[in-house]
Amino acid sequence: MSSATPKLRLATVWLAGCSGCHMSFLDLDEWLFDLAEVADIVYSPVASDAKTYPDNVDVCLVEGAVANADNLAMARTLRERTRVVVAFGDCAISAHVPGLRNRLAAEPGGGAAAVLERAYLELADRQPQIPSASGLLPVLLERVLPLHEVIAVELWLPGCPPPAARIRLVLEALLRGELPQLEGPEGLRFG
Amino acid sequence: MTRTITIDPVTRIEGHARITLQLDADSHLVEARFHVTEFRGFERFCEGRPFQEMAAITSRICGICPVSHLLAAARTGDRLLAVRIPPAAAKLRRLLNLAQISQSHALSFFHLSSPDFLLGWDSDPARRNVFGLMAAEPELARAGIRLRQFGQGIIERLAGRRIHSAWAVPGGVRSPLSLEDRDRILKDLPEAMAAAALALERFQRLLDGPLQPEMNSFGHFPSLFMALVGPGGRWEHLDGGDDAGEEQAAGSGLRIVAADGRVLAEGLRGDDYPTFLAEAVEPWSYLKFPYYRPLGYPEGIYRVGPLARLNVCERIGTPWADAELADLRQRCGRVALSSFAYHQARLVEIVACLEGIEALLHDPELQDPHVRARASLNAHEAVGVGEAPRGTLFHHYRVDERGLITRVNLIIATGQNNLAMNLTVLEIAREVLPDPVPDSIPEALLNRIEAGIRCFDPCLSCSTHAAGAMPIRLELRAADSRLLAEQVRN
Repeated sequence: MSSATPKLRLATVWLAGCSGCHMSFLDLDEWLFDLAEVADIVYSPVASDAKTYPDNVDVCLVEGAVANADNLAMARTLRERTRVVVAFGDCAISAHVPGLRNRLAAEPGGGAAAVLERAYLELADRQPQIPSASGLLPVLLERVLPLHEVIAVELWLPGCPPPAARIRLVLEALLRGELPQLEGPEGLRFG
Repeated sequence: MTRTITIDPVTRIEGHARITLQLDADSHLVEARFHVTEFRGFERFCEGRPFQEMAAITSRICGICPVSHLLAAARTGDRLLAVRIPPAAAKLRRLLNLAQISQSHALSFFHLSSPDFLLGWDSDPARRNVFGLMAAEPELARAGIRLRQFGQGIIERLAGRRIHSAWAVPGGVRSPLSLEDRDRILKDLPEAMAAAALALERFQRLLDGPLQPEMNSFGHFPSLFMALVGPGGRWEHLDGGDDAGEEQAAGSGLRIVAADGRVLAEGLRGDDYPTFLAEAVEPWSYLKFPYYRPLGYPEGIYRVGPLARLNVCERIGTPWADAELADLRQRCGRVALSSFAYHQARLVEIVACLEGIEALLHDPELQDPHVRARASLNAHEAVGVGEAPRGTLFHHYRVDERGLITRVNLIIATGQNNLAMNLTVLEIAREVLPDPVPDSIPEALLNRIEAGIRCFDPCLSCSTHAAGAMPIRLELRAADSRLLAEQVRN
């Protein structure tokens, strides 16, 4: 890519996940030097101190499911300001592990109440209470949602986490201005 | 009018958090708090699962230290089977843990924290990150990336993949290490050692100069420290905290040391954790506040992780790491109280890991093909303990007669530093902010306050899973528990 070509404005976001997809992104290792030649990381929890999601983002890799009010607000914000949103990994695609609490939604009070009460009321030795400081802690959503149930998504990048080679394949295609074609077990496998 | 200053989100840490600074009507700082803003309630979903699945499930708690959960789950499983795992399996697990501690510490130091020291607290926030480091200090950045790659590569060779493998199992591990893989790791080892040496040399030079104030004042307060130690008080990262009584080597187990170096307790075992650990809840954080039960809350504040391991141990037991430990103790005293010293402790531990990896790779027993003991269920409750990169990790399971999980409790490293993280933030805020606090605070000062959290390298997706013991609620009516449970709930 010639120096005259503007750099890709790349963001990464994590919602409700384990950060494993981001670790797999860092597993690109020295290819990150090549990436830095052609892309600017304009927002990322692991690779940026930007506190506000910027405008005019070309590509955003979104790890994790939508599990609380902060996740929901972030998903909507990034959608407004991003051209290509990538559901990055199995949690973003299917809600996956965080979504396991959806099985408890039929319990009295719902799935969120079930996990909160157990953790903070029944199992605390001191000061049992459900943390809920207004404006400081996001309320849990009743159901944990995959990203595409909340915002439109251009691309799904599966894996738990997606292997670094698969992430690279996707980024290289996007850098060429193409939507990548993920095929076969190497490209499409969950888990 | 009172004011609240919010730093949101805290960046270059793992997970979701914000910091608030509360000012009174005269703009004096009265409180500083670290709020963890995520919670997934993970333990509930383990109920009803076969205990053999716990290694694969709980490794999904965290993408940075999946190996810690994998190993803790496997150790708990060993005790449910009541087996002694084959010696080669024990050594292969140690190799895996050393690889993971080294890669995780490399991530913390190079990718996440070093931009503060090497580019400057007040450098451009848009460049103050690993990509900025790659541009400004390519040699050091490449060394750090390759050091992390070295650790991740060992994990991949042993466990088949870098993140979320299921290689360690109750009774041992799934496969031995091939000679070819061993030789490849040995070939890469000198470069990893050179990277560690480079980082230590750079960091110690900074500690001698511009970082001296931070080393003396960044979260410098008395607290207890807890970690595993081996026989004779040697540095330990995996074994000894959950062995059966007669197997526990003399002096090994969990040790708790006071700020003045007194040993308050030693030889503690995971089985007894409710007698010495307890947890409190505050309304303003999803992260609970563990404390040392005999001293109460919050007086029972203790720290875990690399600095705690180095504070509680007598020595590491390998020459280079012991020399680096001596340097740390020369700077900070026998018990280092500054939270900033965690960074140096991480580098010392990287050295300890690399020397430990080298010694293990030269052990001929490592190629023994017998790596898994098989048994059926022989116990209904067990605790597994190990040292994760960020501190002591406990897995506690109860199972029914079929081996299905009925209760789970996980006590996670980062949570145990919660009181200390809050105190560190408050101390730094008092140190760096003018009094009274002006209306506009330079970004660099806020970054220093955030950096107090980075000292601990917190892993928040892990930490908020410390949700405690959970009796079974789902009814499973067939042998294939997983499928039926989902059908019932849907």
